[in-house]
Amino acid sequence: MADCAQPVSPRLGIGAAVLVAALIFGTLAAVALRAEPGRGLGSSDWAALRFTLIQACLSAGLSVALAIPVARALARRRFMGRRVMIALLGAPFILPVIVAILGLLQVFGRAGWISDGLSLFGLEPVQIYGLHGVVLAHVFFNLPLATRLILQGWQEIPAERFRLAAQLGADARDMRRLLEYPMLRRIVPGALAVVFAICLSSFAVALTLGGGPRATTIELAIYQAFRFDFDLGRAALLSGLQMVLTGAAALVAVKVAVGEAFGTGLDRPLQRWDGSTVTARILDGFWILLAAGFLLLPLSAIALSGLPGLGALPVSVWMAALNSILVASLSTVILLLLALPMAAAVALGRGGMIEVAGILGLAASPLVIGTGLFIVIYPIADPFALALPVTALVNAVMALPFALRILVPRARAVVGRYGRLSMSLDMRGWPFVWQVLIPRMRPQIGFAAGLVAALSMGDLGVIALFADPEFATLPLQVYRLMGAYRMEAAAGAALLLLALSMTAFWILDRGGRWHAEA
Amino acid sequence: MVRIELGALPPSFATTPPRYLRQEEAPAHQFGKVIMPERSCGLLLIGVAHRHHPTSGCVGNCAEMPLLADPLNLNRLKPAEGRSGNTSTLPNAAMEDAMKYLVIAAGLLSTTAAVADVPELTVYTYDSFVSDWGPGPAVEKAFEEICGCDLKLVGAGDGAALLARVKLEGARSDADVVLGLDTNLTAAAKATGLFAEHSVTADYALPVAWDDTTFAPYDWGYFSFVHNADTAAPANFKELAASDAKIVIQDPRSSTPGLGLLMWVKAAYGDEAPVIWADLSDNIVTVTKGWSEAYGLFLEGEADMVLSYTTSPAYHLIAEEDSSKAAAVFDEGHYMQVEVAGKLAASDQPELADQFLSFMVSDAFQSIIPTTNWMYPAVIPAAGLPAGFETLVQPGKSLLLTEDEAASVRDAALDEWLTALSQ
Repeated sequence: MADCAQPVSPRLGIGAAVLVAALIFGTLAAVALRAEPGRGLGSSDWAALRFTLIQACLSAGLSVALAIPVARALARRRFMGRRVMIALLGAPFILPVIVAILGLLQVFGRAGWISDGLSLFGLEPVQIYGLHGVVLAHVFFNLPLATRLILQGWQEIPAERFRLAAQLGADARDMRRLLEYPMLRRIVPGALAVVFAICLSSFAVALTLGGGPRATTIELAIYQAFRFDFDLGRAALLSGLQMVLTGAAALVAVKVAVGEAFGTGLDRPLQRWDGSTVTARILDGFWILLAAGFLLLPLSAIALSGLPGLGALPVSVWMAALNSILVASLSTVILLLLALPMAAAVALGRGGMIEVAGILGLAASPLVIGTGLFIVIYPIADPFALALPVTALVNAVMALPFALRILVPRARAVVGRYGRLSMSLDMRGWPFVWQVLIPRMRPQIGFAAGLVAALSMGDLGVIALFADPEFATLPLQVYRLMGAYRMEAAAGAALLLLALSMTAFWILDRGGRWHAEA
Repeated sequence: MVRIELGALPPSFATTPPRYLRQEEAPAHQFGKVIMPERSCGLLLIGVAHRHHPTSGCVGNCAEMPLLADPLNLNRLKPAEGRSGNTSTLPNAAMEDAMKYLVIAAGLLSTTAAVADVPELTVYTYDSFVSDWGPGPAVEKAFEEICGCDLKLVGAGDGAALLARVKLEGARSDADVVLGLDTNLTAAAKATGLFAEHSVTADYALPVAWDDTTFAPYDWGYFSFVHNADTAAPANFKELAASDAKIVIQDPRSSTPGLGLLMWVKAAYGDEAPVIWADLSDNIVTVTKGWSEAYGLFLEGEADMVLSYTTSPAYHLIAEEDSSKAAAVFDEGHYMQVEVAGKLAASDQPELADQFLSFMVSDAFQSIIPTTNWMYPAVIPAAGLPAGFETLVQPGKSLLLTEDEAASVRDAALDEWLTALSQ
């Protein structure tokens, strides 16, 4: 392979992959070396482990269980705004967690809309802190993801199959038995595993909605060992536990995600004869409305409550917004510097190890890497002075798996199609990269950059470890304002954060597509 | 009215720079301060005024003034509070010109010269201390009047998180003083070796003798559950645990009241403490990181009672003229808290830090405490306790573990608490 002529050397990509692997394994090693088994894990740590598993199971189960009827309704129906709705399902992915939490509090909190409604009927307000709050927030984030995964499964069933089934006189029950259940059996385990893995490393949700020792995830326990006790040994021990958990979950998620597909069809427009009954229509309409309401209500709550506060935001919020923009920009640059060479190297056939390095980000949790980096940096430099670059770096590594999934297929196509031509024209190295590869990957680069910028803008994870009292990113500032019960300012800042995240995504994504139609 | 602080002039402007003059020692020609918005750079001139020492009348030789400007004072722009008596004389034209020139010079220089030219004293404290309604703003104003420095009060979580913060930052910390630990933490704090001895002495009005040479006390109080006065309060922990009252408490790992409650139950019940916690666990709505969050939840109606102090109702009584809050008296006795401050050994402003600690036990600071921090002052102010404090409940029995006892039971008590509450 090494002798095979290539338009561009994979060396940079291999270097980037080695860097990423070194960063992740280096921090893990630092954590492992620092872990002190001395006091061991107390009963409260086992309780944290139990809570982490229970909430992840519940969140995954509920998200997927609700996603199935929603996805079915979306697959069966064609209506105005269906595309918008499906696009909207992608939004929670880049929605800052703290913004969503504020929105959920506005709707489901003790003083929220639902509680107000209940009090009209003389009922007790709902209680959002604790297990159900954590699960609620996770379902909010993961229901759309699960819906998209399952919807994809539905769309992979060729329209011809449904036609054949209808010709053979299959009713709705038979359709389910013959087509939909086999598809779900293939898709659902993967969706469950993905949501489960995501919920395992939940930090911001547990930090804000957890109710004390009873609702503590391991990520939160790491933060507490770090911030409350400054017990690096214990933080490292908990990080080790978290590593095993997320690593195993990521492995399972990757394993179960593959399965036998239905084969190809002719892409005829889908018609569902089984869904034409009135009951089916009402049922599908109900699920679509429910899902849309569940997703849109908290967002509108933020917009409504944030607008009045927007005019009178404290200076600290603007400073924090500036920091967030810096972090997001730096993250985007780091991500592209890592992901582009890696994608190119994968496209050149150096897949294996590089793809593994890319996926590592999924298995390690931000707080574990943060703890490791802190342990490494602490003896040499002031970790707090490095809060900004460290946050940017960790965010970039966390977004790397997603970026590679976006970039690699396109890079493969470009290298496959233009590689030999460029070689015959003696366009190698930089000329190939600048004139062939990058221009053709612009939409994907823009999308990936937009994703990481938005994710990084809204991240509330590693910054919580590294921020000193005078430095904050916008999500952290929102959290601090919430803690100080300055809800109006918090809502205003959250709206600003939402606008910044969405703008960053839009500009980069749009910039990538600009004049790229040709 | 605004003050003008002259500073950051090139050496030729200032032949005899007086360093950090206290106001009362100010020579006749120390006349004013430049007013610019804090942290602003460039020429943001809000106003110019001139202030002269009441006893000196510098009007005659105002032309000299630029020469005596303090080069170490830079562009702190603050509204001058309550200085109208000093500024009644209008500046004459020559002086105004000189001032404008200086303001411009200072403005230009401030873009390059660091703000750090004004000595800055950084004090880490808990969040409620620096809040708008806490002692922070008044303390900052009072101290800056006498120190010729910039007092930076930084809220770094609640009391116990402060200690973790200091440990986390180690000798690199920007902090010069840590204010807001209590006697349950002083032993652990001393063990870090990060704190230096102080030389503060005062005629303390504490319920315990004070001979700690590392930490100086600034206020004290009794922990208590605060509830709405119209509801009946339980008379002890057992009654509370048996009732269905909902309470909010603080995390002992991050908050001094939370740790105080841990010690309270331990001091009152000893080995029986785990049982009490297990019984209390269904009463606890949530455990917050700090006192501010917990009290906020209680005021919003999320709980029937909140762990606070016997002095908390005074806030509602005095500041809000609202007598609807009461502190429950428990017959086991009430655990006491003595809040302290200490100087960090790695401070780059040790003299200022000492000055701050002395200021802390002086009347100026102590008279601020009762009606902003809502605690008993460590030294009774000249004016006595504010009216309304006499209405506060007095516990029948007070409990306090010594710092060594507290340090030795902390880990075991914390494990018991975590175990009981995580089930």
